[in-house]
Amino acid sequence: MARRVAYWPGCVSRGFTPELHGAMAAVAPLLDLELIELDRASCCGAGVIAEHNQELADTLNARTFALAQQTDGELMMNICSTCQGAQTECQERLDARADYREHINAHLAPDGLRYEKGLTNKNLLWLLVEEIGLDTVRAKVTRPLSNLRVGPFYGCYIVRPRERLDIDPERPRDRYLDMLIDALGGTVVAYAGSHKCCGFPIITMNQEASLKQAGRHVGDAIDADADCLVTPCPLCHLNLDFQQPAAAATVGRDLGLPVLHLPQLVGLALGLEPKELGMGRHVVRPTRVIDWSTAVVGQAAAA
Amino acid sequence: MPAFTLKLRRYDPESGQAPFWQEFPVELEGHRSVLEGILEARAALDGSIGIRCSCRAAICGSCGVRINGEPGLACKTHLEEALRGARDGAIEVEPMGNMPVIKDLIVDMDAVHWKKVQRVTPWLINREPIPEREYIVPHENMVDVTQSMACIQCGACVSDCLSMEIDPEFVGPAALAKAYRFVGDPRDAEPRERLTDLSEDPHGIYDCTHCFKCIDACPKDVDPMNQIMRLRRRAGSDFEIEDSNNGHRHEAAFVKNIRRNGILHEADLLADSYGGKLNPRALPVLLKSLPTALRAVLRRKMTPGKVLLHPHSRQAKELRRVYDEVEGHEQPYQLNLYVEGHDEEEDSSASALAKEQKASSSAEAAPGAGT
Repeated sequence: MARRVAYWPGCVSRGFTPELHGAMAAVAPLLDLELIELDRASCCGAGVIAEHNQELADTLNARTFALAQQTDGELMMNICSTCQGAQTECQERLDARADYREHINAHLAPDGLRYEKGLTNKNLLWLLVEEIGLDTVRAKVTRPLSNLRVGPFYGCYIVRPRERLDIDPERPRDRYLDMLIDALGGTVVAYAGSHKCCGFPIITMNQEASLKQAGRHVGDAIDADADCLVTPCPLCHLNLDFQQPAAAATVGRDLGLPVLHLPQLVGLALGLEPKELGMGRHVVRPTRVIDWSTAVVGQAAAA
Repeated sequence: MPAFTLKLRRYDPESGQAPFWQEFPVELEGHRSVLEGILEARAALDGSIGIRCSCRAAICGSCGVRINGEPGLACKTHLEEALRGARDGAIEVEPMGNMPVIKDLIVDMDAVHWKKVQRVTPWLINREPIPEREYIVPHENMVDVTQSMACIQCGACVSDCLSMEIDPEFVGPAALAKAYRFVGDPRDAEPRERLTDLSEDPHGIYDCTHCFKCIDACPKDVDPMNQIMRLRRRAGSDFEIEDSNNGHRHEAAFVKNIRRNGILHEADLLADSYGGKLNPRALPVLLKSLPTALRAVLRRKMTPGKVLLHPHSRQAKELRRVYDEVEGHEQPYQLNLYVEGHDEEEDSSASALAKEQKASSSAEAAPGAGT
């Protein structure tokens, strides 16, 4: 039986990284996921709306949560670390106090919406580990990522603050990407930048500092012999892939490291072709990864 | 008595030797602190171990270090708790980051932390006329700054600030939290000048990337990043300071973009962050981003049509009503969980405080309060 989830794709997956939205759609049936897309929901605010007006950010996200609760999905799923973090922050306030929740719900009432405390909202990464389970994922792998060296890049919003995101030794959400790469048969590359900031939030304010961060992390991963990075955050993808040529110029070294979206990496291991996963749409051509997948298919055919 | 292995990062710049790790076995109860472990090692095994400490009770802020890679106070971390986070059974203790090491676990706070605190004019600039007796201020205004007043200047947030790692000139989390302590103080005469200064500084409030590192680092729940966001809210929304770093314009453009489109339209955001497509300030930026935009079109990430004539989403009308309603209040209603707490808890001091605060409603309630 397929698992039905209220699906929040976020903005960037339908904007500058359309390949992410497509890859998620392609990989969902292989994971027995039925996606109920929340097409009336709005941007999470990415922390910027909260910085401007906290009540507005809380209202917009309460609206998204209410829309998710109107579906018959088991839970809400997102595919963006930033959405996860920004939405969890708003949900923390909404769930903390009934009087505050009522106040926010009053803004939603004219549209027939109401948020009830206690929604479960999980990034695809958390859903893979906690709901589907890595053993099930492992059993679905048809093309193990053998000999593919993958550097995890988490994105800040999905690993900090630890208390708000319920991260502890029993629930090591800050290591899930490593565990997933391993379950898919790949080799986890340890490098300095895996849990650091990509710099994207300050790209319009301090471009140099922003791109230096992206450039340094990509460079560190290359020095650790990574074949590619994988990230559950499309905003990180913008700085790490979209802006990689500019980041290379900023840090003054050649880079050229492919960066995959999380569902792309899962899709590859589950047997989908790079093209079906939109990998032709990256700025840094994931040639190394595509060559690797062709080699694996070639070996399988020869055997 | 349980035994613990402390793995200390040793370094003496005067020796000419590179830094190295050295292990010290100590026997202490697990509830004793990492600091006590280090002092034990120094007393019994090697008198040359360098560590700074004083109160041993998480008040003075002297013993900031990194334990198993995470910043914190050595006196506030139990040995058994540290062992749970240890990699190979040895508790790693090293000096804080982003500051030069003087010796072993002692860093030069003067060179970085205190210099940055000095930078934000960390004292009250009195409003004239100065009252002859006590300065009576609304209770909730002072409650608003209590979180930043909880700072003990240990430097743990400075140690792990990712913006400072890349841009050492960044004013940084501790100093900016200190700045909010005065910006939020109703007795201060110059909040606008303070905010203008910190908005215009290219390494000021708009140089923070929201990485949350300082929130996790702080042993006193100051949430420095939240104080930075409140500084931005004060600067942008309350004082409408148009800074040359595009911080306020970017925020305003983002908020407007969502009102208009429901979900983010990135191409508009870039231009609007610099004042709009036709603004002379935007032109060089747009020209500079042409190669990036061109690559995106070539890779079919976007089409010129989508960039110029994007469809408006169907929820736009509903959203506009929500925007008008929420932004229509005179005073934004902001929930600060640090002050008000969760309502399910027993009547803790925090929620009692909140009730008291609600009872004494004041017209001078701090705009921009809240996390």
